[in-house]
Amino acid sequence: MLQVKDISFSIMDKQILQNLTFSIDQGKFVGIIGPNGSGKSTMLKIIYRHLKQTSGVVTLYEKDIVYFAQKKLAQEISVVSQDTPVLFDFTVKDLVMMGRTPYKKWLDNDNHEDFAIVEESMRLANVLHLENRSFGQLSGGEKKRVMLARALAQQAKILVLDEPTNHLDIEHQYQLMDLVKDLPITIVAALHDLNLAAAYCDELLVMKDAALYMKGTPEQVLTEETLKQVFHMQAGVTKNPFTKKLHLFFYTRS
Amino acid sequence: MPKFRFTFLILALIAGLLASMTFAVMVGSVGITPRIIWEVLFSKLGLLTETNASRAQSIIIWEIRFPRVVLAAIVGAALSISGAAIQALVRNSIADPYILGVSSGASVGATSVILLDAFSALGIYALSFAAFLGAIVAVIIVFLLARVNGRISVIRLLLAGIAISMVLSAITNLMLMMSKQQGGIQAVMYWMLGSLAGAKWSTIGIPFFTFLLVFILLSLNYRQLNALLLGEETAATLGINLDRFRIFIIIFVSLLTGVVVSVSGSIGFVGLIIPHLVRMLIGSNYKVVIPISALIGAIFLVWADMVARVVIAPAEMPIGIITAVCGSPFFIWMLRRQRYSFGDGE
Repeated sequence: MLQVKDISFSIMDKQILQNLTFSIDQGKFVGIIGPNGSGKSTMLKIIYRHLKQTSGVVTLYEKDIVYFAQKKLAQEISVVSQDTPVLFDFTVKDLVMMGRTPYKKWLDNDNHEDFAIVEESMRLANVLHLENRSFGQLSGGEKKRVMLARALAQQAKILVLDEPTNHLDIEHQYQLMDLVKDLPITIVAALHDLNLAAAYCDELLVMKDAALYMKGTPEQVLTEETLKQVFHMQAGVTKNPFTKKLHLFFYTRS
Repeated sequence: MPKFRFTFLILALIAGLLASMTFAVMVGSVGITPRIIWEVLFSKLGLLTETNASRAQSIIIWEIRFPRVVLAAIVGAALSISGAAIQALVRNSIADPYILGVSSGASVGATSVILLDAFSALGIYALSFAAFLGAIVAVIIVFLLARVNGRISVIRLLLAGIAISMVLSAITNLMLMMSKQQGGIQAVMYWMLGSLAGAKWSTIGIPFFTFLLVFILLSLNYRQLNALLLGEETAATLGINLDRFRIFIIIFVSLLTGVVVSVSGSIGFVGLIIPHLVRMLIGSNYKVVIPISALIGAIFLVWADMVARVVIAPAEMPIGIITAVCGSPFFIWMLRRQRYSFGDGE
């Protein structure tokens, strides 16, 4: 449904992305992995049109995303970015309700449907018990989950996550991945934790030095050779005895 | 906040505003009872045929005190909603409606009328016209400076506002320095500190309708204002067309602030403090921040203007001094409270 064709991006003379081409199929959970500075976040920002590529095209349903009205695009793509600074304080409920913004015209009020969606989103993201708390007083992980609830309330077809498990404790990392995995929508996530990527993603895009290094299923991509080339890590690849998913372990030369 | 609490608060504040306005009309060198005030009001509105008010009382109430109190309420409400909107626009808690250069631009206009007799062809409207013109020209320059490659950057908007304000203040000061007329200099000082003494029914229409228009527009766009508080990136992913919405806010808020400044001078502090007070009371959701700010701002300025009239009677204190003297201690108290963080988040 989403296609990225020959995307390049540079700031001044610095090449941040170089000729990336890939497509994302409906309903898939696609992970973008790669070392710091390899251009993962930039790629995501171009997908949700926050940054304008230097060359190349991103299409959604075969239509250049440039031609989507802002509101329409927000109904198609929702985003949980790495860090969302919130000026002034909102209750969790009010914040999640903001996810309904793309569906609202000037005189529209929040109706029963919106309240139901907001409550369901909070329940899914496990923040329903926080609904009347003020956002500013929450912990980093709780904030992240509130932002996820806000994105869920947006009911978009594609959910973009930029390092979603950042700030989360181990339980909530897996809880969040379980939750988004079960959503009937397309997920594109930049991930740092390769074991999480291996366990949950249908497909992985590996980025290295501003370019797409390779793509494929976790089994195809996460090999000792790739990990050495891309992350400069000695790694072993085994199977998790319980889930039968890939499991990676790492060691340095010493 | 729950709907019934919101409705209750709105009703309580409307009652408070009406009571404050009645009281403000009562206060002055000629004593007047509340009953007379309402009788005069209703008879002027044609709802009452007989009144116990004397002709003199009737004139004082209807021609002098009423317009002034009503203007105070409009100016207070207008500055407060402008401040709330600007704080969301630039995502900065120290912003006030004058941050885009409105007051310094208006000062240049007003000073050139008072000292240099500019626009004398416009007669009594020269001062308001020049102040409004100055305000709008200043905002346009700030806006153009902040626009790079067709996009408005918030930090450039803030800094351009500061730079232009400095230049314009320098021009005002230069005119003041070069002027030989002592009376003129005092008149400029007086104007810059703000006063509602010139209020007449004939001059209230424009501020009132501009306020009404901008109030409605901001109320209808509360979702966008809320989204702006989550930062550009998130606001855009929520479907806000940032560039268009920013221009929209700049145009209408500058228009309202320009109109208000042109009839009242640049009354400080209201536009900064009231939105913060409101957020402290009821949170940051602009759905409630806009109407509550308007009401509390109106009440605050009605009282401030009343104090300005009586504190050194028969002379008048500029209202800007009152708003600062009453507002600052309160603001400092808020500053020291832990429960309200002024948008710091942590």
